Amino acid sequence: MTAEMVGAGVSWVIPLLIFVVFVYAHIKKVSIFETFVDGAREGLLMAVRLIPYLVGIYVAVGIFRESGAIDILVSLLSPILFLVKAPAEVLLLSIVRSLSGPAALGMMLEIFDTHGPDSFIGRLASTLIGSTDTTFYIIAVYFGSVGVRRTRYSIPVGLFADFVSFVASVYIVRKMF
Amino acid sequence: MNQIFAFLILSGILVSCMNGRINVVVNAAMSSAEAAVERAISLIAVVSLWLGIARVAEKAGLIDAMSKAIAPFFRWLFPSIPKGHPALGCILMNLSANMLGFGNAATPFGLKAMQELQSLNEHPDTASEAMCTFLAVNTSSVTLVPATIVALRSSAGSRNPSEIVGAVLFATTCSTIAAIIGDYIMRLINKKLR
Repeated sequence: MTAEMVGAGVSWVIPLLIFVVFVYAHIKKVSIFETFVDGAREGLLMAVRLIPYLVGIYVAVGIFRESGAIDILVSLLSPILFLVKAPAEVLLLSIVRSLSGPAALGMMLEIFDTHGPDSFIGRLASTLIGSTDTTFYIIAVYFGSVGVRRTRYSIPVGLFADFVSFVASVYIVRKMF
Repeated sequence: MNQIFAFLILSGILVSCMNGRINVVVNAAMSSAEAAVERAISLIAVVSLWLGIARVAEKAGLIDAMSKAIAPFFRWLFPSIPKGHPALGCILMNLSANMLGFGNAATPFGLKAMQELQSLNEHPDTASEAMCTFLAVNTSSVTLVPATIVALRSSAGSRNPSEIVGAVLFATTCSTIAAIIGDYIMRLINKKLR
């Protein structure tokens, strides 16, 4: 299987999913339009609620980059970055990802705006965000909701999986594109 | 998150001080804030569209259907949950919603699953094995359709927004396998120590 074939296949995934959803909903006699509008209204609120996060992240990353501080960080981290063959922004993104979903989304969008979604770093950021979740946040909220205080090996296992995801993302994006 | 936020801004200001380019800070802050709001406006379109579709899928019971399909694969992961216990149903619903890319619909099922697992837990302040396994699989993010990412890429002007689906599938499979193996090893080690 070549990367091109996979690429041709995946452009079908989302249209197909939408098609299946609508056919299935029609069979189940869901009032599709009203339900859609209902969900879309929630989407509007969610996007508006995201604005403060976006402003915070964009400003912080903007200052960090334009001041030249990122160049210092890159030269400090260059041995590690050379080892994993990843840009500094993506390393930062993977740390933020495990802490806050909206903040990581904001940082990915910032990367899209600065470097373009079809650049190496843009694709890497997409893959990384798509294949990881907010490990610390989920563990805190889920265990917190039932009053569990000793989380045992949950955090090490979660971080291990995130690390594997990071390495796999760098590998596959280098290989595919 | 607070430390990272403070670090980015404070180190940025300090470095531009040392370089004698302090006016860069204000310019960068203002233009970034503007870019953030512009981005948020374009986000409204994408997020509304996708959550609308997600709501239709949820109402139609597609998440139910998905959880039936994956049930055989996940039974063996949770040997400590008795057959037919509601905890397993909630876990499957949560994972199905995550797989289909409906993160918002997943959280309520996830919290319900934790409650059900807590009712089986002998030490209420300590995580049970089933809880650790559930969170390992959950945080490793089992995504079949990274719809949000594809939508965001298209709103940022990507020429082929869904080209990363294959890569995401590869990375997420690796990390889920790693999480399951890691969880299994930790469970064995814990048993040995006792």
